[in-house]
Amino acid sequence: MNGVHDLGGMDGFGVVDVEPNEPVFHHGWERVVFGLVAAMSAQRLSNTHTFRHAIERMDPTHYLGSPYYEHWLTALASLLVEKGLVSRADLEARAGGRVPLSQPLRPGTALPAAASAAAPRFAVGSQVVVCNVHPLGHTRCPRYVRGRRGVVARLDGVFQLPDVAAHARERCEQYAYTVRFEGRELWGDAADGAVAVYVDLWESYLEAP
Amino acid sequence: MREPDDDHHHPAPLSPVEVRAKALEDLLKAKGLVDEGFIDAVVSAYENDIGPMNGARVVVRAWLDPAYKARLLANGTAAIAELGFGGPEGEHLVVVENTPTLHNAVVCTLCSCYPWPVLGLPPNWYKSPPYRARMVREPRVLLREMGLDLPESVEIRVWDSSAEVRYMVLPERPAGTEGKSEEELVALVTRDSMIGTARL
Repeated sequence: MNGVHDLGGMDGFGVVDVEPNEPVFHHGWERVVFGLVAAMSAQRLSNTHTFRHAIERMDPTHYLGSPYYEHWLTALASLLVEKGLVSRADLEARAGGRVPLSQPLRPGTALPAAASAAAPRFAVGSQVVVCNVHPLGHTRCPRYVRGRRGVVARLDGVFQLPDVAAHARERCEQYAYTVRFEGRELWGDAADGAVAVYVDLWESYLEAP
Repeated sequence: MREPDDDHHHPAPLSPVEVRAKALEDLLKAKGLVDEGFIDAVVSAYENDIGPMNGARVVVRAWLDPAYKARLLANGTAAIAELGFGGPEGEHLVVVENTPTLHNAVVCTLCSCYPWPVLGLPPNWYKSPPYRARMVREPRVLLREMGLDLPESVEIRVWDSSAEVRYMVLPERPAGTEGKSEEELVALVTRDSMIGTARL
């Protein structure tokens, strides 16, 4: 989905605010949320892909206006309600008011017919272009590289395609690659000529130019 | 946020997010899906045992042992495991080396991917919209704002950890440290030098 989480290249957020000697957790509730997510993950009640997508499905104003571990809390509560392990009514009764949850899951990407983990389609040094696709569901293909040309720098290995794994019980294993993009390919001729961005992309996201 | 007319003789009321976190925790405990001991153990591990002091050991070993450095750059996961580090968010580690003419920096534009076994949990700024938005677009400007002024002649490589690989930067060994012990060197290596927002 073209969500607010896909931040690469956006303007207007200002300076990076670095807190000296920052603690690992700032508040007790952050410790609790981290521990709850770890516990649910250990019991396989959520996986990385569904969890990330539940964060992405947050209302965009809530996402930008809330601290990091509130994203985790919202995603965890949403997944548990969606799985029927916790009822929203019980949660709101205990919280004494409304508990904001992520927006409903939309259809994911269908299993790609052509993709196979048998052999990599591209080799180190291959020229590739990123598909210009805008799935409604989860994807790990950032907007800022779609339609852009790059060169394969490394074969990362074979992994679950998140676009499928975040939505379905089916699994689709695929090669992923590290692709090098020149800064000017991404940001135009006025950009810094001595910058390259390396992005890790699944085979389904890539085409031969 | 407390209001000026809050009653200071009573504990501050829980904030809305604290209330929601407690509600979920209580519900999951009542259903037997989680126990206090598990939460305490996992939190304690990341507060006390898993952090940038681990990455610093990897960096110093690479400085002192050329054969280890070669293994580290060829297969980060395996070489880091030699020192006893691994686990969640560290299953596929890649180490990228700085040189006088090349600087590496790590970001996750889509969420907050970070090499937990060697750096611990990420600081808030790493997870913040300005860092994630700007690091891929104008890294030299952003690094300068963060205190690292790289000349135009230094190539910058930004690694957006958008899939399963997690990256750590191998900073250059500072000049004038030839006589220092391994422990003294470990103390020189900062978290930010291994993310790539600082040099040593």
